[in-house]
Amino acid sequence: MRGPTEKELEGYTSPVYVYRAWCKGCGICVEFCPKNVLEIDDQNKCAVVRPQDCIKCKLCQLRCPDFAIIVDDGK
Amino acid sequence: MAFDRTAHKYLRKNFKMPTIWCSGCGIGIILGSIFKALEDLNMTGDNTVFVGGIGCSSRIPFYVDFDALHTTHGRPIAFATGVKFAKPDLNVVVVAGDGDTAAIGGNHFIHACRRNIDITLIVINNKIYGMTGGQYSPTTKSGEKTTTSPYGHIERSFDISKLAAAAGATYVARSSVYHVTHLDKIIKEAFAHKGMSVVEIMSPCWTTHGRRNRFKTPVEMYKWLKDNMIPLNAWEKLPEDKRAGKIPYGVFVNKKDIPEYCEAYYEHIIKPNLNKKRRDFSEDIEAMKIKLEIKAKEGWHV
Ligand SMILES: Cc1ncc(C[n+]2csc(CCOP(=O)(O)OP(=O)(O)O)c2C)c(N)n1
Ligand code: SF4
Ligand code: SF4
Ligand code: SF4
Ligand SMILES: [Mg+2]
Repeated sequence: MRGPTEKELEGYTSPVYVYRAWCKGCGICVEFCPKNVLEIDDQNKCAVVRPQDCIKCKLCQLRCPDFAIIVDDGK
Repeated sequence: MAFDRTAHKYLRKNFKMPTIWCSGCGIGIILGSIFKALEDLNMTGDNTVFVGGIGCSSRIPFYVDFDALHTTHGRPIAFATGVKFAKPDLNVVVVAGDGDTAAIGGNHFIHACRRNIDITLIVINNKIYGMTGGQYSPTTKSGEKTTTSPYGHIERSFDISKLAAAAGATYVARSSVYHVTHLDKIIKEAFAHKGMSVVEIMSPCWTTHGRRNRFKTPVEMYKWLKDNMIPLNAWEKLPEDKRAGKIPYGVFVNKKDIPEYCEAYYEHIIKPNLNKKRRDFSEDIEAMKIKLEIKAKEGWHV
């Protein structure tokens, strides 16, 4: 398994997680999120700024070219 | 919290991350779709092999934790044909760029389609030679600026899907990295299809193409795909004059009644000869050896 370790995800409660080490700040997820949940921060990485609005549509995860964003799929 | 970690599971373990692709490049999105199809169809390293050529697109096999061939520019389909022919039980997936497929490898491409050999070809169409810095490719549109067409391209472009269909591929579909759910669907269908399947995926290369053609960011290129790609059923109803500059997407060909090449070879060439007595060549070989020895004695270089 690549990406964040189980430990890094432990205790994380927001439905969207950004693995900053792989995010290239392209902004595709930000542009096409239907609920405006995401923003690019001052370090040019994706930040989850309005997690409460997320509808878990997973479009950000599907369109992230860098496997840097994962969404709770409720399973 | 339960996250879908499919991609993280299939990514090659001992390979440097993040990927080599530029920020906003579409190739990673296609890799993500491939991972999902592998998972859904139970394709594993034991039954699947990836083949790439040379180019940014052809880097995909590096990131899938399966056996893979990194071949020469233009030749991945030729190598894949050999793999499939030697081991017909394997799923063989080729990932190649528009240059790889339609320029240097154009003949391998059309003849694999004509034979209907059971290979899945994923063509990543960024309309440019990305890896070498942005020379025009056979899919560059008329008028577009590239390093080798600084005044705007004067040639017309190939339509990869039409070419595949005309050459005889039995599954042909087009999608884009914006239309991700559609992309997931056609990659899965192409993997499952028996026979030559070609999936053409429109994928932005901002670094060497968009930047020179008035796109301010990679995201602008994704918006362009959203606004200018039209589902096939809507495209068919569109009057000719409204089609200019637009690209149809969907499944163009899906035929199940054409014989697959390896199966036809088995049926018509291997099977009839299975129980045939082979000619015994041992006497001929002995006779040849004696002849060569005589010649050697006479001072011939043999
Ligand atoms: C025989 C040969 N000719 C030319 C090259 C130089 N070369 C490397 S990649 C490439 C084109 C890549 O374009 P494409 O296949 O569209 O892939 P992309 O990088 O756009 O994904 C070329 C011409 C080469 N490596 N080998
Ligand atoms: S899952 Fe959907 S709503 Fe939630 S952040 Fe991603 S794109 Fe936005
Ligand atoms: S799409 Fe992925 S790489 Fe791009 S900004 Fe979002 S999380 Fe980062
Ligand atoms: S040069 Fe173009 S195709 Fe190659 S990684 Fe960069 S954006 Fe992608
Ligand atoms: Mg290309």
